[in-house]
Amino acid sequence: MTKLLEIESLQTHFFTSAGVVRAVDGISYDVDEGETIAIVGESGCGKSVSALSVLRLVADPPGRVVGGSIRFKGRDLLQLSEEEIRDVRGKDIAMVFQEPMTSLNPVLTIGRQLTETLQQHLHMSREQADARAIELLGLVGIAEPARRLKQYPHHFSGGMRQRVMIAMALCCNPKLIIADEPTTALDVTIQAQILELMKDLTRRFGVALIVITHNLGIVARYADRVNVMYAGKIIESGTAQHIYHDPQHPYTLALLRSVPRMDRPRQARLDPVQGQPPDLTRLDGGCAFRPRCGFAVSRCASLPPLDGVGAGHLAACWETETVAGSLQRAS
Amino acid sequence: MYQYTLKRMLLMIPTLLGAGILVFILMRLIPGDICVLRMAGGSGYVDPKAIANCHAELGLDRSPVMQFLDFIWGFARFDFGNSMWTGRPIVEEISLRFELSLQIAIMATLTAILLAIPLGTISAVKQNTWIDYLVRGFSIAGIAMPSFWLGILIILGLLITTKSVFGTPWMPPIKYVPIWVDPLYNLSMTIFPALATGYRYSAVATRMTRSALLEVLREDYVRTARAKGLVQQVIIRRHALKNALLPVVTIIGIEFAFLMGGLVVTEQVFNLNGLGKLFVASVSNHDYAMTQALVMLVVAIFIFTNFVVDIVYAWLDPRIRYK
Repeated sequence: MTKLLEIESLQTHFFTSAGVVRAVDGISYDVDEGETIAIVGESGCGKSVSALSVLRLVADPPGRVVGGSIRFKGRDLLQLSEEEIRDVRGKDIAMVFQEPMTSLNPVLTIGRQLTETLQQHLHMSREQADARAIELLGLVGIAEPARRLKQYPHHFSGGMRQRVMIAMALCCNPKLIIADEPTTALDVTIQAQILELMKDLTRRFGVALIVITHNLGIVARYADRVNVMYAGKIIESGTAQHIYHDPQHPYTLALLRSVPRMDRPRQARLDPVQGQPPDLTRLDGGCAFRPRCGFAVSRCASLPPLDGVGAGHLAACWETETVAGSLQRAS
Repeated sequence: MYQYTLKRMLLMIPTLLGAGILVFILMRLIPGDICVLRMAGGSGYVDPKAIANCHAELGLDRSPVMQFLDFIWGFARFDFGNSMWTGRPIVEEISLRFELSLQIAIMATLTAILLAIPLGTISAVKQNTWIDYLVRGFSIAGIAMPSFWLGILIILGLLITTKSVFGTPWMPPIKYVPIWVDPLYNLSMTIFPALATGYRYSAVATRMTRSALLEVLREDYVRTARAKGLVQQVIIRRHALKNALLPVVTIIGIEFAFLMGGLVVTEQVFNLNGLGKLFVASVSNHDYAMTQALVMLVVAIFIFTNFVVDIVYAWLDPRIRYK
């Protein structure tokens, strides 16, 4: 079976006056049809940029994809003409953004913003597009869709706007939706609703989903597979089960320890990841997590490859055995 | 909306009253006397009795309070009286020139809009390319060049080119004919001053369009529009421009109102008999009645233009609703 999306050695760099920021530095992963993939990492690790790179939406200048390939159903998106990639955007691959408050245009009606995609990609008439937009709004759980269609974004709450964004993403029956921190800006109660909605709809229509998040709770519940990113690289990749119960990379371990867990006895205090994320303009040849890592040894000065540590489980660390061992001792 | 309009109309009254008080006092603070000016051209001896007669005739012998009340009462009835200088009805004097000034203001505004919005847009979309530099240079030149100087250049250019092409030099006509009477004749007179002032006026609006658009193009909803696969033109036209135009509309409105009474020098250069010229003449002649009427007119135009700008705001941005 061919993969839906194959990303290989993707490199996206930003050329700034302070130097070259290697925001995405050689990441590779696949997405199967209908699969849900999570990309996890702290702010500034390159997860959003890697997602924007797929649709070539990174602002140029200063950013540019400088290497690698992104094959969608066998076609390299990086080689397409501007016109061809436009046909992919919104039609085959759709995006849901982080900030529903600012991601919708304040001066256009919800209806206009929904129908313009339909008219652009599916060449629907105004009436057909309106009918489809009403159907979509109903689908994402907006009451009285026909009336809501004529309203503007400021008439909607944050959660409702994110529902509209999801309706917009679904409108042309895409094969893949990339959701860039879709719930970060929402209330906790709304977050669960939105995630359930996305999960339900993507299952129902067989849409693959890439969720970018720094929320490990989302990962555990919704993702089939997880890629953990640090400093522009994927440092661990596996099923949610692997990542949660058998982390092999010290960074993954540190992330898990920094999250409060209901299923564990209440600790006196959380264990944050020590130190700051590295300056992406000044990475040396070694493991980027080395300065913050409790397991670091002299070998870490050379870059560890992303190697298999089990079936479908990869980690980029020289000391995976020590990490796994420490976990067993702790539990 | 209806209520809002009514409220705005009522608010005009105190504004106009304030402007009336201001111009009434200021005019009387300027040293000089219209009667002396009228009889002796500002020099030489005039019989005090004749001056007293003249004052009585113009009503200037009454107390200032009475004069003021008379002015406001007349204004309230749209009766502006006669010019103190020419003796002709003020309404007649103004309407003679109002048409010309209004036409030039509208044409200059159109020129400015037609230049500023496309140029500003191109300049923002092609930021930091030679097109952007060219447009920015063009608009800087517009701000730097006084429009009267540009006017002189235009006239000289016309004279020289027509002379070399047709043998005899041609100049724009001087006598105003309304556009509906003889459109070609009218336009041949008004187009050049409108272009000269419109260019200058477009310069500020171009730069405003450019910077506002650059800001909007970085907004999240523009990224959303791109992620939807929309064509660049649709993104600019539908998503970005409508958001970027608010500040542009503001300055276009202010400039339009300014053009109605402030084109003094350009009118001089093109020898146009507009409101600006009348303004200067009535101030230097101490024609109180005329100056007061003109100031009130310009204030009313300013208020009206602001009102129109507010309406355009609400049309551009649905979040703005007036109650």
